[in-house]
Amino acid sequence: MAESSAGAQVVLGTPLPLLGKSDTKPTWCPGCGDFGVVAAVEMAVKRLKIPSHNVAIVSGIGCSSNLPHFLSAYGFHAIHGRAIPVAEGIRWANHGLTVIATGGDGDGFGIGAGHFVHAMRRNVDLTYVTMDNQIYGLTTGQASPTSMMGHRTKSTPDGVIENPIDPIALALAAGATYVARGFSGDVKQMADLIQGGIAHHGFAFIDALSPCVTYNKINTFDWFRQRVYKLESAGHDPTNIVTAWQRALEWGDKIPIGLFYRTERPSYEDLEEVLAAGPLAKQPAGLRGREAILDDFR
Amino acid sequence: MAGFAIRVGGAAGDGIASVGEVLSRSLARMGLHTFGFNAYQSVIRGGHVWFQARADRERVYSQGDGCDVLYALDKATADMHLSSIAAGGCVIHDPEKFALPASEVPTGVTSLEVPTLEIARKRTSQSILQNAAGLGAAAFVAGIPLEVLQTTLADSFGKKKGDIVEWNLGAAADGFAHAEQKASVNDHAVARAGPGKLLMTGNHAIALGAAAAGCKFLAQYPMTPASSIMHWMAAHARDLGVVVKQAEDELAAINMAIGASFGGVRSMTATSGGGFCLMVEALGMAGMCEIPLVVVESQRSGPSTGLPTKTEQGDLNLMLGAGQGEFPRAILAPTHPADAYRATVEAFRLAEAWQTPILVASDLHLSENFSTVDPDEIDLHVDVPSLETVEPNGHEYKRYQYTPSGVSPRALPGQPGLQWIAGSDEHDEKGHLISDVRSGVPIWVAERTKMMQKRMRKLDGLRADTAKPIREGPANAPLTVVAWGSTVGAVRDAQRILAARGVAINIVYPPTVYPVDGPATHALLDGAGKVLLVEGNFSGQYGRLLRTETGIDLQEKLVKYDGEPFYPMEIVGRALELVGHG
Repeated sequence: MAESSAGAQVVLGTPLPLLGKSDTKPTWCPGCGDFGVVAAVEMAVKRLKIPSHNVAIVSGIGCSSNLPHFLSAYGFHAIHGRAIPVAEGIRWANHGLTVIATGGDGDGFGIGAGHFVHAMRRNVDLTYVTMDNQIYGLTTGQASPTSMMGHRTKSTPDGVIENPIDPIALALAAGATYVARGFSGDVKQMADLIQGGIAHHGFAFIDALSPCVTYNKINTFDWFRQRVYKLESAGHDPTNIVTAWQRALEWGDKIPIGLFYRTERPSYEDLEEVLAAGPLAKQPAGLRGREAILDDFR
Repeated sequence: MAGFAIRVGGAAGDGIASVGEVLSRSLARMGLHTFGFNAYQSVIRGGHVWFQARADRERVYSQGDGCDVLYALDKATADMHLSSIAAGGCVIHDPEKFALPASEVPTGVTSLEVPTLEIARKRTSQSILQNAAGLGAAAFVAGIPLEVLQTTLADSFGKKKGDIVEWNLGAAADGFAHAEQKASVNDHAVARAGPGKLLMTGNHAIALGAAAAGCKFLAQYPMTPASSIMHWMAAHARDLGVVVKQAEDELAAINMAIGASFGGVRSMTATSGGGFCLMVEALGMAGMCEIPLVVVESQRSGPSTGLPTKTEQGDLNLMLGAGQGEFPRAILAPTHPADAYRATVEAFRLAEAWQTPILVASDLHLSENFSTVDPDEIDLHVDVPSLETVEPNGHEYKRYQYTPSGVSPRALPGQPGLQWIAGSDEHDEKGHLISDVRSGVPIWVAERTKMMQKRMRKLDGLRADTAKPIREGPANAPLTVVAWGSTVGAVRDAQRILAARGVAINIVYPPTVYPVDGPATHALLDGAGKVLLVEGNFSGQYGRLLRTETGIDLQEKLVKYDGEPFYPMEIVGRALELVGHG
């Protein structure tokens, strides 16, 4: 059971609604990979039996960042690239909550790349799911930080001439303690990976290969189906950082999906001593009766 | 007694700020109103830095103009500051460090030679100890009793004990005794005036005010002159139960603070203009999502990196316009530390009451310089109510429900059955987006209009709920000076100087720079005599705001953008030009 599942806040004997769909229907294009991701998030949280009011789902801006609207949890649909710092703030205000950040590859690896790296080095206990379609969809088809070399888009009519970011390798380098890749074509495995990420103590990163059926005509469902293979079936040991690196560097004819790496180290919340007294939102505030503080200025 | 000012100067790394702070604190402990002015540069070693500690029985609001004692650690200091010494004053220096020919010392100024290096050498090879000897001599001249100086000096080492502290106390006593041989140098000395006062910077007051108001989360990225808010809060974080986060950049800092506020705690971020530029997009998100947030903007000289260690009031236009589109905000402009404490407490109240970002406009002059505050000006008994303001009642919960005030009930994550989505996109009462498949559809066009009006109604509420402009001084004075923020301090000192010369002026200033209360402003300015606008920027930004909001067009302007704060005599000079020599 996740440390962050906030079971303690639930009144015993009172059945509380589990996470479900909201009254808002997804607005994604028919066939979009993101449908698989939202289904996997819902499945993962449900299996962990975390009541929906103890979940906060945070996103940035982009097609995929509409995700919080489609589930029944608390949500924060923030500005482009800033899902992670908003999610961190929520965690530190109330670490009794399960916090899930979601977004796209442009949001997380382009405009928000700095926050992504720092959240991993500080091992904040939240789960970050990127819906990686290697394209900017909502702005109608420009190159993204994960677009492959040569990819012709509206902004790169002669093809991309920058090496793409490898999110898995970046996560390993930045010190993420749970690093996985899922594929929207396999919702069951994706749900397992997200469930493992939420249950994981520390920063969990799941890069979800989530094809854009409208603007990315290269990295399609079929393209991935011909290439993906499961790490667990290949005998990969997710506690081995050396082989995790080797697998992370594979991209081309064969693309591994599954859990690359998992390790344990204290989370930021463990090391922030102020939080040892319980969720910040439940702690006393103000300076009544604290006159001695003025001795600083005498 | 007309007050007393001690100036000490040298190179960065000489320990000038420490000497100045000990002097300022000693004077505060004697019950004197004190202003400690730290003039420094963006270098860690070398260059020229100086500190002025000014004290008086009456309240002092600025660094003042000249000084009575100059302690020069190097020749450059003597060259630059000798002419600032008032008649009857003195210059302290060590002839072993540099020669000061009698011909260079102004008439009426005594040269007091103190063998600071020799006093230091008696104890240690660390030459920094010379400062304690100079400090002792300066204290004697100023009238600071040796035991007050020694206690303050010892306290400045905190919990540190041992030789280093003893050497400092001994060197201070030697310097004091050396000066005592020339007893006439302390003819202008100050005397104990009452119980000790608190000595704090504007940033101390802001951090303290935030803690008193119930702030539980502060995120910042280091930037002069806002950093010491984070330093004070971090030093007390465990004791006070405040999470202090040094973020990877200002983008993260404000977004973390917004997340924390959404998550259920009062939160704040602080920065200077450059960092605030990075925060602007998220500021608008707080406005759109109706997230309570306090942002401190401590201005320094711009544009761009500008003069990082020098003051300015050049960011008012930025604060007024920060963010795309329109959303309600208030900008509070404290004038001195006691004011900054109250303004910060008030900013938290307003942020919660109106669920929108509130800006506290400081600047380097207020944020970093020291002023005395009477203990009864700091009321720690601030009401900190619970933020859980809504309970499930069987009806559908609408986070952005239309209300007459524009403020809607706010549920916090963790509260069962009240889940809602904070959306930076335009949304309906329930928080559902009206930005994609609904946008442009007639009923949702109307909904957008209603939601915009709901948010903007809060601006009217803020206008009614914030402090009105204030007038200090006789209503019928022939000259009214309009100023805002820390500049009001120098104007107050100028007002006192002018009063002593028989010239009455009054000051009109806005504790709330924005929103502007038109009728209240007209009430103070319509019957005024001559009006002079004094502000620390090139174009007169507050003047422009007043003109836009009230139609009042202030023609006479005294503006300054050289990085230095206003000096009282600059304002006195202009005032006399306008109303004659009383």
